Amino acid sequence: MTQAASPTPNTVTHTATNTMADIETSHASANAVPDTTVTLCSSEAEKQNAQIRSQFPALHQMLDDYPLCYLDTAATSQKPQMVLDAMAQFYANDNANVHRAAHQLSARSTLSYEKVRDQLQQFLKAERREEIIFSHGTTESINLVAFGLTTHVSAGDVILIDAAAHHANIVPWQELAKRTGAVIKPIPLDQACRLDVSAYKTLLELKPKIVALCHVSNALGTVNPVAQLVQLAKAQGAITLVDGAQAVAHLTLDVTEIGCDFYVFSGHKMYGPTGIGVLYGRFDLLDTLAPLLTGGEMIKRVSFEATEFGSLPNRLEAGTPPIAEVIGLGAAITFLQAELTPQVQAYEAELVNYLQSQLRALGEVHLYGAFDDNIGVVAFNLADEHHQDVGILLDQQGVAVRCGHHCAMPLMQSLNLKGCCRASIGIYTNKHDIDRFIAALVSVKDLLL
Amino acid sequence: MTDSTSPMTDSTMPSEADFHYSVQDAETLLARFTKAANWQERYRQIMLLGKDLPSLSPELRVEAAQVKGCESDAWIYHLEQAGKHYYLADSDARIVKGLIGLLLGACHGKSRAEIQAFDPAAYFKQLGLEGQLSPSRTNGLNSLAKAMLEATR
Repeated sequence: MTQAASPTPNTVTHTATNTMADIETSHASANAVPDTTVTLCSSEAEKQNAQIRSQFPALHQMLDDYPLCYLDTAATSQKPQMVLDAMAQFYANDNANVHRAAHQLSARSTLSYEKVRDQLQQFLKAERREEIIFSHGTTESINLVAFGLTTHVSAGDVILIDAAAHHANIVPWQELAKRTGAVIKPIPLDQACRLDVSAYKTLLELKPKIVALCHVSNALGTVNPVAQLVQLAKAQGAITLVDGAQAVAHLTLDVTEIGCDFYVFSGHKMYGPTGIGVLYGRFDLLDTLAPLLTGGEMIKRVSFEATEFGSLPNRLEAGTPPIAEVIGLGAAITFLQAELTPQVQAYEAELVNYLQSQLRALGEVHLYGAFDDNIGVVAFNLADEHHQDVGILLDQQGVAVRCGHHCAMPLMQSLNLKGCCRASIGIYTNKHDIDRFIAALVSVKDLLL
Repeated sequence: MTDSTSPMTDSTMPSEADFHYSVQDAETLLARFTKAANWQERYRQIMLLGKDLPSLSPELRVEAAQVKGCESDAWIYHLEQAGKHYYLADSDARIVKGLIGLLLGACHGKSRAEIQAFDPAAYFKQLGLEGQLSPSRTNGLNSLAKAMLEATR
C-alpha cells in the first residue's frame, strides 16, 4: 500500500450497507456503543481475519473477568505460532554459532541465518543482500548510522529531524551533533499534525547533511509521503534515513522506490521476536560507515599492531548475533508475505477509520492528527481527563492501550499535551476488538465524567 | 522525593497548618473497600477519596517535590511534629490522587514506628488493589509508598 493522496483530516467516508448487521449482534456486551452507520468489510475479510487471528496464541486469554482486548500493537505486536515454532525448532535442532566452526550444526545455523538476509532483501526490494544489516532493533539501527556517519559530518552541518520523530530518531542525532558540532533543526508539523512540506522545503535550502524522517508516526499514526520527502532531500545532497518501525507491519515496502539511503525497523513490531532489528543501507554509503561495535566476526585480520575490518554485511555485525531472533524474524516475514494481502491491508485501513469514527461518535473525545489514511494508530484523550486515569480504567476491563508521551515528547509539546492514549491495531485486530474497546471507554466515561 | 524537613525557601514549602487535616484511617477505608462489589465501585471510591484531599497550589507543584516513576505528575511534602508524621501530596491524575489517599489512611498523622510497620503490599491486597502496587506499573504508587516511609527515617 503506497501512500499518495493527502486527504483532509476529520473526514471518514464509508459505504453504509448493512449487510454485516446480523453478524455483529452477538457483540451485545457493547451496551452503550454509539449508533453508527459504518459497516465494515465483507464477511470474506472477516473470515480471513479470523483465520489470521487464530494463529496468535497470546490473544486468546482472560484478564480477570474480561477477555484480552489487545490494542497496543504499535508498542509490540503479538507473535504468530509459526514464529514461536521457528525459534523453538532452531534451539531444539540447529543451535550453533554462525559463521564459525566447520561442523554441520554451524553450517545449518549459518544457512538459516543468511537465508533471512535474502528474505529481507526481497521483502524490502533492496538491490543487494549486503545492504541488510541485523541489529537489535530500530534504536540500535539508528545509532549504527548516527555513529557510523561521524566522519561525514563537520561543525556547522545541519541535521533535519521530523518533529513527529520517536526519541530513537532524535537522540542519536543529538549525540552526533555533540561529537561534531553539527546543528539539529526540527522539521515542523502543520496545524493538522502533518509534516509541513513548505517549511521543509525552506529548511532544505540550508543544504542539510542529514535528513531523518519517520515513515509512520508512532504516536499519531500519520503517514509521511516519504518518497517525495526523500527526493527533495536528495536534490539538496542530504543523506536520508527513514524510521519504518511503525510502517513495516502494515505497508508493502520498496526501499528502492522510497530512494532513501537508510531504512530501519524492528522485528517485534512486525510479528517477529524482540531483540532483532534491521538496518537497510544503500551499499555505497553503508560501506563507509564506521562500525559502532567492534570485535567478533566483523574483522578480516587482527594483530596487536593493526586490525583490518571485514566487508559488509559482517563488518557492521560485531559479536554473536541474536541468531534465534533472526530466524524468528524470517518466519515473521514468511507470515507477512503470505497474510498481508491488499485485502487485509484494506481491512486494516477500514478498522482504523472505524476506530476513529466510533471515537468521534462517542463525543467528548479529542483525536489527534486523525486522517483517514493513518496507519495502525489512533491517538486520543477523553475530554480533559488524564490519560493515565483512562488507561488504568481500560485495563480494569482487559483493554490494553498505551498511555503516555509515546517516546515523542517534542511532538507532545507541540500539541501542548502531557500525553495521550493510543489505541493501535494489527493484522489480527477485528471489529469486535474495536467495539469492546468503545464499550469499555463508555464505562470509563461513566466513571470519570 | 525531597525531604521536606530539610531547609528550603519558605516560598516552596506549604505552611505547617496545611499539613493538619484529617483523613479516613486504614480500617475505615478497608471496610469501605471490601463493600465494593466490582472494579467500578472500587475506582469510584478511589476517586472520591482523592477529591476529599487537600490540593497543592501550582507554586508547590515543583520538580523538587516530585515523585519519580509516575506517568502522571505527583508531588509530596512531609512534616514531622511532636513525633508524628504528616504528609501533603497531590497528583494531576485522579486515580493516583485517590491511591495517595489510601496511603495517607495508613501513614498520615502516625508515629515513625507505626509507619515503619506499615506493609503496603498486604494493605493493597486487602483493598483488592494489589495489581496497582506492582513496580512495573507506571502509576507511581510504589514510589509514593517508598517516599512516605523514607521520610520517617
